[in-house]
Amino acid sequence: MSSPAAGGAVGAVVLLPLGVAVLALAVASVNGAVNARAEGGAVRDGFAAPVRETARLIRQQRRTLPGADSLLWRIAGAGLGIAAVLQVVVIPFGDVTFADLPVGLVWFNAIDVLLWALWWLLGWGANSTWSLVGGYRFLAQALSYEIPLMFALTAPAIGAGSLRLLDIQAAQQSVWFVVWMPVSFLIYVASVVAFSSWGPFQSAVGVDIGQGVLAELSGIDRLLVLGGRYAVLVAGAAFSVPLFFGGGSGPLLPGGIWVVVKTAVVLAGMLAVGRMVPTIRPDRLAEIAWVIVVPLVLVQLAVVAVIVAVNGGAL
Amino acid sequence: MIVALIFWAFAALAVAGGIAVFVVNSMARATYALAVSFVAVGAMIVMLHLDYIGVITILMMLMEMAIMAVFMVMFMGMNPALMPMDMTHHKRRSVILAVVVFAVLVVAIFLIPWPARTGTPAADLTRSLGDAIMGTKMLVMLAISPVLFATIVAGLVLANPRGRYDRYGDQLDRRTTDGHPDPDDPVRGGIGR
Repeated sequence: MSSPAAGGAVGAVVLLPLGVAVLALAVASVNGAVNARAEGGAVRDGFAAPVRETARLIRQQRRTLPGADSLLWRIAGAGLGIAAVLQVVVIPFGDVTFADLPVGLVWFNAIDVLLWALWWLLGWGANSTWSLVGGYRFLAQALSYEIPLMFALTAPAIGAGSLRLLDIQAAQQSVWFVVWMPVSFLIYVASVVAFSSWGPFQSAVGVDIGQGVLAELSGIDRLLVLGGRYAVLVAGAAFSVPLFFGGGSGPLLPGGIWVVVKTAVVLAGMLAVGRMVPTIRPDRLAEIAWVIVVPLVLVQLAVVAVIVAVNGGAL
Repeated sequence: MIVALIFWAFAALAVAGGIAVFVVNSMARATYALAVSFVAVGAMIVMLHLDYIGVITILMMLMEMAIMAVFMVMFMGMNPALMPMDMTHHKRRSVILAVVVFAVLVVAIFLIPWPARTGTPAADLTRSLGDAIMGTKMLVMLAISPVLFATIVAGLVLANPRGRYDRYGDQLDRRTTDGHPDPDDPVRGGIGR
């Protein structure tokens, strides 16, 4: 246990999943509180709603439709939370990082593509029409957000001249990337909300198709998916910290604390803005994404590339 | 030793996933068995210290399999793709072909005089890959991408039975005499065109 590698492994296996779960619960609680307030109920009840729902789902017997592909269904349900942890594991907390991948940025991208498979399999496995419609809605949405997201991720890599997150974080010592890559940042956070099927991008679990992907989930399966949704939202917010907010840099407090604080601020922004925007249909999103957003992000990349070329590096 | 064991475990997983593609009886399972096989190959590439190519392989293959799930339902009609079905056809010819190819490859492994390594790998393999693609191989990339993209789009347009092209033909911007769009598509895009 004395070696740093063993300590890091323990941290990655125990601390990270716990931290992601706690933050995910916090986001769900705040969301529940705002929901309760909007419906005129007691804020405290809303705040405790996710805990109550967790207790209820743990005791609930899981049910499965005849003909369901339980294997793929359950793999996908459990996979959301695992994907979230796999994304967080490469994030540097100050100078400390659990897994220092030379291509950490591409790793994040690969895991967010894994979510395509997981959401579709969730829709497929239930053997229910509405679930399958939800799964296909997610893929249709993914075709709109993924290309802008990939381009948006390219901007910090160009700025730092590296795919390693420690380098990207170090390149922001004087100016945070969010200052001169605002378009990339906005597209990034929108995509994070989209791959979590949350906020305005929740048509895959929309009420108009009986909760779609969630329709047939019950008991522990439902808990894993509901929690996993918030977990990937947290992971995406946490990943924006080394990409756009200078990682663990900040006065007084240690770097690890700053990463968590900045993550919480990004999450609060996602919650606030996400609740104000109505749900967008995937077929409408496609044209918005390809006709407006892709050219915008390409202009952003051009600006970043010119700045880096003229300045000989990050600002 | 441990690294070698992990490498062989991934290799076994890749082969097992490949076999599973033809053993399972559902399109979804076959698709994602193939995805598991490819992800295992990607992990092996990462273990060869080709981090970028390895992770990109995992990324692309997962994406490809997810898209394949869309296509298989779109082009097979709802029923066959969603029902249990046999994943093999032309069994005898396929088996003969597979055995012959396997035998040829195995014999080749032992007969080919493999060259000894000359030179050393670059310090930053991702950078040298980028230099190659954006430098000397740029022309090839520029030529291949539009051809591939045009092939995909043309294939979709021709094969999709009830797509926009089939319903309205070409010249989607034509107008009637009173100025209305002639192919009056009831499903408008997100920016109201």
